Amino acid sequence: MRAVDAIMECLKAEGVEHVFGIPGGANLPTYDALYDAGIRHVQCRHEQGAGHAAEGYAKASGRVGVALATSGPGATNLVTAIADAMMDSVPTVFLTGQVRTDLIGTDGFQEADISGITMPIVKHSILIQDPRDIPKAIHEAFHIASSGRPGPVLVDVPQDLSRADIPYEPVTKVHLPGYQPTTDGNAKQIRLAAKAMANARRPVIYGGGGVINAGAGQEFRDFSLSDNLPVTCTLMGLGSFPADHVQWLGMPGMHGTRTANYAMDEADLIVAIGARFDDRVTGKLSEFAPRAKFIHIDVDPAEISKNVPAHIPIVGDAKSILPKLTAEYRALAADPARLEGWWQRLHGWQEKYPLRYDDSEDSEIKPQYMVEAMFEATGGQAIVTSDVGQHQMWAAQYYGFTRPRQWINSGGLGTMGFGLPSAMGAKVACPDQDVVCIAGDGSLIMNVQEFATCVDGQIPVKVFLMNNGYLGMVRQWQELFWDKRYSSVKMGSSPDWVKLAEAFGATGMLVSDKSELKDAFRSALAEEGPVLVDVRVTKEENCYPMIPAGQAARDMVG
Amino acid sequence: MGEPGTKEVLVLEDLEVSGRGRTGRKHILSILVENKPGVLARIAGLFARRGFNIDSLAVGPTDDESMSRITLTVDGAAHPIDQVTKQLHKLVHVIKIRDLEPGDTVARELALFKISCQDGDTRAQVTQYADIFRGKTVDVSKRSVTVEVTGTDDKIAAFEELVRPFGLIEMVRTGEIAVSRGRGTT
Repeated sequence: MRAVDAIMECLKAEGVEHVFGIPGGANLPTYDALYDAGIRHVQCRHEQGAGHAAEGYAKASGRVGVALATSGPGATNLVTAIADAMMDSVPTVFLTGQVRTDLIGTDGFQEADISGITMPIVKHSILIQDPRDIPKAIHEAFHIASSGRPGPVLVDVPQDLSRADIPYEPVTKVHLPGYQPTTDGNAKQIRLAAKAMANARRPVIYGGGGVINAGAGQEFRDFSLSDNLPVTCTLMGLGSFPADHVQWLGMPGMHGTRTANYAMDEADLIVAIGARFDDRVTGKLSEFAPRAKFIHIDVDPAEISKNVPAHIPIVGDAKSILPKLTAEYRALAADPARLEGWWQRLHGWQEKYPLRYDDSEDSEIKPQYMVEAMFEATGGQAIVTSDVGQHQMWAAQYYGFTRPRQWINSGGLGTMGFGLPSAMGAKVACPDQDVVCIAGDGSLIMNVQEFATCVDGQIPVKVFLMNNGYLGMVRQWQELFWDKRYSSVKMGSSPDWVKLAEAFGATGMLVSDKSELKDAFRSALAEEGPVLVDVRVTKEENCYPMIPAGQAARDMVG
Repeated sequence: MGEPGTKEVLVLEDLEVSGRGRTGRKHILSILVENKPGVLARIAGLFARRGFNIDSLAVGPTDDESMSRITLTVDGAAHPIDQVTKQLHKLVHVIKIRDLEPGDTVARELALFKISCQDGDTRAQVTQYADIFRGKTVDVSKRSVTVEVTGTDDKIAAFEELVRPFGLIEMVRTGEIAVSRGRGTT
């Protein structure tokens, strides 16, 4: 069997139904095998788009996302998506073509040392040197990408080896002596954690993307509801806990709610689950949660005590640990009354500092209002992907996510241009759900070519463009911290987004009157194909509240 | 302190952080790795991008041809050792890491010293020092002598200090290798 045909067999054995990519010289054999392999290939218009689409697919479905690219520029175009998948722990496999083995190291045409380039940003990578290793490599890649703390795995296949005739036997077992993720969690530590919780007077549950990656949304909810425990989730963890629940404090961090941030600041015990105390959450590390002890549950031991010291570390998978911790905690029958004083304080903050904005009295569309209108038009049920910037933060604040995998964004790397291709991937994974991309005008244009993929591939994503004519978040920082010297942040009126959408064969709509907004969103959702709604919002609105960079929760402004 | 499984009350104030931060001493990490292409690059790259410095590094085959042994020394005063080892553990080809206890470890390094010797007296003195250090003279020319010394890095440093006044042309060191004492494997 040709090695490339064996690759297809391996992909199918891994349950792969969709892949994203672009063919080129070095992966011609792979595309020949793909031609009638029975796997749907989404032909993207830029490899970065293919990479983010694979991420969106993985984030929406929990399955491994797969992107293909040729050698050299094809592979280097994947780099941002690979780095993004690493930062947000997205289970992905990147399959790149490489030049022939006799050309490797000679600066051959379209040669790039992609395994070298990506070494710092992959969970693992495999450069094929013997074609007989290919089936094993593919299965190892899927195993590593999807287990433990998920992440991107690169498999680089030289063109000549991919054409080799190899004996193919299905691989059923992957054996990696150096890779044995801990999943179960130490029983003694779990009991100790339950005790600490039972004795805490001011506890906060702090969930992150790890909860969603572990598929532990239900377990997280059960755990939080086992008592009247206050809950906050990071940007990556939104949806793990319903935003309309009374125990929900909002998101913590730079643009989180005051309640969540003040709660962390005054907490005596923080129970971190699949969250990594990123600098956008902690602010000034030395002043973060100064009164708190930390229980830290994470599948990656290297996250524990990396930024914040863990008093009770528990290494393992949230899905396995949380039910045990819930049972241990329940068994202690802690007196819920001990939390009354804490809740009074929390309620006080919630009343005094709700998320708020000054809505317009006229037809002007405030960006926050736009998110609320989106929520209403979609019934709060859409899968929402986002680019990076102010619109991302407003969406995180005002679109109350209620279920895991409903909110897809680039948190760690903060990749502008992530929204449209990831929406495409999410829609391919979940064709029966509404998939809406909330985009910024600075971000959208970075991967706008993927409209062609959506139209051609009949992937009806809806892009709601929050158009303020600026690189809004940068402008906000220049306004607040750089004396309003607006350096290279104006986007102006170009392009004409409606015409651009139409040029791609998509539907374009322009809305600048508040009264028409919800109806416009509804009709966009009702359209059969991809739609871009260009929403003209207030130009110089700032995203608040905000912890200025390097400051503490107490220093929140706005 | 509120042991798990007991009725003893746990007082949050008593909880302490353990095993973290800087230890203030040199650490010898013995790392068993799969003998795969790029494994050294991955380890070196990890150190570089996490901002950890490698003080010395020695790599070689082991009794099992599918494995290699990397012995690496790191300054525990400059870096949190647990972060270093945890990050190393994340590399798929890293099988085992041991942070060797100094008192429980035999560590050796080989160094070659090329020393300027303009006359017989100097040569005699250098070879005498070499004898005291149980070193060997491995090369002699009219104007130089090359000495091989093995030992701990302290011993090598001491020899270096002795011969430097004669005119040390160059010194080459292998970096330390180490095994644990006793019957158990490293």
